[in-house]
Amino acid sequence: MQLKDIREYPRHDPNHRKNRIARTAMARNAPLALTLALAAGAACAQAPTPPAPERAAQLVRMVRQDCGSCHGMRLTGGLGPALTREALAGKPPEFLAAVITHGIPGTPMPPWSAMLQGSEALWIAQQLARGFPEEKH
Amino acid sequence: MKRRALLSLSASAPLFAAGCAATSAPIASSPSSEAAPPAPALQGTGDLGVVVERAKGALTLVNTSRRDAIGRVEGLGDLSHASVVFSRDERFAYVFGRDGGLTRVDILTQRITHREMQAGNSIGGAISADGSLVVAQNYQPGGIKVFDAGTLELLSDVPAAMADGKRSRVVGLADLPERRFIYSLFDAEAICIADCSKPRQPSITTLQGIGRQPYDALVSPNGRHYIAGLFGEDGLAMVDLWDEQPQARRILAGYGRGQQPLPVYKMPHLRGWAMAGRHAYLPAIGRHEVLVVDTGSWQEVARIPVAGQPVFVMARPDGRQVWVNFSVPDYNRVQVIDTPSQRVIDTLEPGKAVLHMEFTPRGESVWISCRDDNRVQVYDTHTRQLQASLAVDAPSGIFFTARAQRMGF
Repeated sequence: MQLKDIREYPRHDPNHRKNRIARTAMARNAPLALTLALAAGAACAQAPTPPAPERAAQLVRMVRQDCGSCHGMRLTGGLGPALTREALAGKPPEFLAAVITHGIPGTPMPPWSAMLQGSEALWIAQQLARGFPEEKH
Repeated sequence: MKRRALLSLSASAPLFAAGCAATSAPIASSPSSEAAPPAPALQGTGDLGVVVERAKGALTLVNTSRRDAIGRVEGLGDLSHASVVFSRDERFAYVFGRDGGLTRVDILTQRITHREMQAGNSIGGAISADGSLVVAQNYQPGGIKVFDAGTLELLSDVPAAMADGKRSRVVGLADLPERRFIYSLFDAEAICIADCSKPRQPSITTLQGIGRQPYDALVSPNGRHYIAGLFGEDGLAMVDLWDEQPQARRILAGYGRGQQPLPVYKMPHLRGWAMAGRHAYLPAIGRHEVLVVDTGSWQEVARIPVAGQPVFVMARPDGRQVWVNFSVPDYNRVQVIDTPSQRVIDTLEPGKAVLHMEFTPRGESVWISCRDDNRVQVYDTHTRQLQASLAVDAPSGIFFTARAQRMGF
């Protein structure tokens, strides 16, 4: 996979069109949001190329450190919910990848599509579902 | 050297095992009549502080006059979102860990004196002006807990209960005069004031309908105004605590002007009130701007474009400058706003993943934690020249003892 510095990605996800009021309205209509997320997730699932080792290490660090600012470095939760294997049991990786890519309207979960390719989001989701790896030091 | 003298002081202290809840034992035992050990060097605490090592669950103890590390304390659990308050004698640091651990650290003897696992998931705490009460704010189970500051005995447990019986996550805790504490409920659109003058029976006043999803809050240096940032809408909630019947009112409503918000990859922090003269400097949500509000009229007077989503917007103690750091992916930079001209006058690149900044008590230096470089960088705030660089493992929060003397810190 071609590696890019995150700064080469667009600063804003062009698909993230909803303004904050609309986002809240979406949250009240959770089934709709879920359907959209699942549909988007199915699209992500088409090319599950695993990232190169160097990029994988970056992604592990990003999840532990940057996602960790809301979900906890040990992924046990904070402002965001726990992302441990137990907490995510029953949630398909495609769904989780869609949440990572598009965020959850009406909540602090942002869309990460400006920093992650779809295949990377799916890879992260797969790692979360099986218990996320520790950073290698 | 001083460092050796300090170590000998800790060696002469009673050897309590870390985590052992020893109560108020004498720290420096009197020298025995025969073979008196050398007297420990006396050490003030006004220029000491702690740097959180978020991954190692440890504190690096620092001296801000010498700009150097003086020791280290381990065994504090998950410190990935830790915050610290100080006893008013500036000797003890109370460390609130992500995992619900509350630890009291003696920064002179460099030991843990007390440690309690008080919740499943915690976000911070506060200490009363008289130094007698420490309060933790918790996400899980949602609520606050009041502790005796000397012993960490639990005095009361106040659930943040909502109408549906669930508990809200608590954010934005700050101390107020008269053993009161104020906090916001992320899930309940509410601000609560807990009167802990009877700490085993706190009385709670709740202000409802303050706005959607308060994410953090601050109290002004004089304790008069409490401002909660809102994630769920454009605007902030403000309470004038000097009113007979305090009420929440909306300020800066619609500062986003209906424009599409940018993704917020990290929630801003509001503790560290950025007040300069009559203006407060506040991070916008979903906009790469610092909002400037007049604290007399509570109207917006300016907005200053900055390099990313602001996380901390902190005034140098004299108010002449405001320093701003940013969320990922712009967190390698720090910007300096000159308050008289309300312009960005400098952009620094202290290192990778700047997480926090702390001014020395009089503001001549600022310490900046660079998580991914494993460094703390110290700058002269006037010349912006690097003064020192300390090796610290994955540093996050930096807390100096002078916080003990400030309300809302």
